[in-house]
Amino acid sequence: MKYLDEFRDGQLAQGLAAHIRQAVAPNRHYALMEFCGGHTHAICRYGIEDLLPDTIRLIHGPGCPVCVLPSGRLQAAIELVERERLILCSYGDLLRVPGAHGDTLLKAKARGADIRMVYSISDALEIARAHPERSVVFFAIGFETTTPPTAVVIRQAQQEGLRNFSVYCNHVLTPPALRALLAAGGEVDGFIGPAHVSTIIGSQPYEFVARDHQRPLVIAGFEPLDMLRAIAMLIRQINAGEAIVENEYTRAVSAAGNRKAQGLMEEMFRVRPTFEWRGLGWLPDSALAIRPEFAEWDAEQRFEMPPIQAADHKACACGEVLRGVKHPQDCTVFGTACTPEHPLGSCMVSAEGACAAYYHYGRFRQAAAS
Amino acid sequence: MSRRDLFPRRLDIAHGCIEMTHGGGGRAMAQLIEELFLTAFDNEWLRTQDDCAQFAIPASRLVMATDSHVVSPLFFPGGDIGCLSVHGTINDVAMAGARPLYLAASFILEEGFPLADLKRIVESMAQAARQAGVAIVTGDTKVVERGKGDGVFITTTGIGIVAAGVTISASRAQPGDAILLSGAIGEHGMAVLSQRENLSFDTPIQSDTAALHELVAAMVTAVPDIHCLRDPTRGGLATALNEIAQQAGVGMRLQEAAIPLREPVRALGEFLGLDPLYIANEGKLLAICPAAAADKLLAAMRDHPLGQEAAIIGQVVADDHHFVEMKTVFGGSRLVDWLSGEQLPRIC
Ligand code: SF4
Repeated sequence: MKYLDEFRDGQLAQGLAAHIRQAVAPNRHYALMEFCGGHTHAICRYGIEDLLPDTIRLIHGPGCPVCVLPSGRLQAAIELVERERLILCSYGDLLRVPGAHGDTLLKAKARGADIRMVYSISDALEIARAHPERSVVFFAIGFETTTPPTAVVIRQAQQEGLRNFSVYCNHVLTPPALRALLAAGGEVDGFIGPAHVSTIIGSQPYEFVARDHQRPLVIAGFEPLDMLRAIAMLIRQINAGEAIVENEYTRAVSAAGNRKAQGLMEEMFRVRPTFEWRGLGWLPDSALAIRPEFAEWDAEQRFEMPPIQAADHKACACGEVLRGVKHPQDCTVFGTACTPEHPLGSCMVSAEGACAAYYHYGRFRQAAAS
Repeated sequence: MSRRDLFPRRLDIAHGCIEMTHGGGGRAMAQLIEELFLTAFDNEWLRTQDDCAQFAIPASRLVMATDSHVVSPLFFPGGDIGCLSVHGTINDVAMAGARPLYLAASFILEEGFPLADLKRIVESMAQAARQAGVAIVTGDTKVVERGKGDGVFITTTGIGIVAAGVTISASRAQPGDAILLSGAIGEHGMAVLSQRENLSFDTPIQSDTAALHELVAAMVTAVPDIHCLRDPTRGGLATALNEIAQQAGVGMRLQEAAIPLREPVRALGEFLGLDPLYIANEGKLLAICPAAAADKLLAAMRDHPLGQEAAIIGQVVADDHHFVEMKTVFGGSRLVDWLSGEQLPRIC
């Protein structure tokens, strides 16, 4: 398209790609994992793999909020809205994520449930203000990036005395997921660290990756050039046998992160002892719950939502995809039984999901190979 | 009986609202039609006040298209639902290479809708139709209860004629053809999106809503053998290209660097996580023609005010998968897929 900005410059990219091709050692392979779905999306969107030598393999991580939400948590939301006849506000992507037995919020909506698609939690608050006679619940998901806005809005609801509003909190934390991936072993040589998440938490919480697991991690922005630079930095570290946390995204990320946002999170949330992630299982200290002081705005406490366990579709390989052990195209139902129109698993729903990214941007490669 | 006896009090446009009686078929409806619609659209066919319009058609192939318009907000930078409903159908007719002649307009009004807003919309339609040289010759209004509509929905139907020797259809796209685009993409959709109350961005983006039939006429004169024309409206450029690829049984290869895109659209798209390739346009067209005629067609497009930024953006290829692929500015390749569901702002 007709623009040339600093982070998308095609020539700069070619230069960096040439540098990377020269830097890779001839007889070794590099397995790099990008944690964030935002990065996965950018890789496919810009065709970044085309610029890299064959010896670099990009493995897609679990950093996609829609993808890691387990079926049970989704099913609980479906049951809540149908049982309590309230207004459930949700991001559009969540409407298509399969819960138990392939049920979805979209199907519940068709059955008559009042489910509204919103762009942010503030929209949900607005709906609550406009309908004082109805109970309004916001389905909150996301990593550390979307957590501070949730805290701000709950605060606002409290100050306004808005008692018909509450939040179904599914916020999760990045470092525990990384810890789980590393504990499970695997062949990742280095990590591309989160962009937006790191603006909140800073680079310091990733130190354990280098210190305890001797893997380099480079925090990178979501622009394609950011990613190429981060890859070059990882290759340098791996070749030199180093393992440190580096920050490519210095224009937005500091070591300590955003203290104010961290304060807000601390005030509003407590860490759950354990939480289920789709694909990664139950991870200790990996998610947030609303503190008892704000119980009135916590849908789980207010409506006594029972915990639900639900099995994923038996053909679904989302677990392996989210752990990076399978490529989306290794899943037997990819592009056949499972498509963005009829997703069997969550990774095919959100644009940040690896299966959806491959389906949308990369299918021609598979076709060319076969 | 004089008009004055029939409607002793004029419509209170400044303070009045649509009421159920405005759709009831009685005096209130007659007054609304007369004082608002007939005044604005005035022409010889409407003046007869018949239920239908009668007109002679030159001996030639006829083209007919219909389009329903729902947009929120109703007024957006660069236009409103009124002019949009005229441009939209004129453009659908024009995409057959036709000259649009007549329009029919049908309104579904929501009880409580302010008459002042309705007047603005109707006048905007009248102006758009007049500018385009197309008459709105018949119409209808219905009123639905409050809460059952979104202010106003407008359906327009258009009729046009095609010159002999012009056969424009998506199915004619063939391997080797050039793909041309008349200007920068994503402006209508982004202008509307930026005004949604929950986003409210301060941007200079204006909707590109415009009637394209004169541009089409200039193009058909320059290159009568244009294979295919399409206005990439809802679903944007990506959707229009995929539709053509499917219909014609071909693939497409695009150059991202050649696709015109203005900075504010790119920046807002980046911010919201929306791809401008999927954002609606209301004043742009895609043309597919034999490669040998591409430069001539491009020159004709650039000579017209609505095609000044026209560009050749790619070519049609043989491809059993009917894939639309794009070389990114970055040097990689990607698929430009069908949209699935609605494009939504990113949450990560
Ligand atoms: S293709 Fe579908 S079922 Fe298979 S892993 Fe991806 S999302 Fe899950």
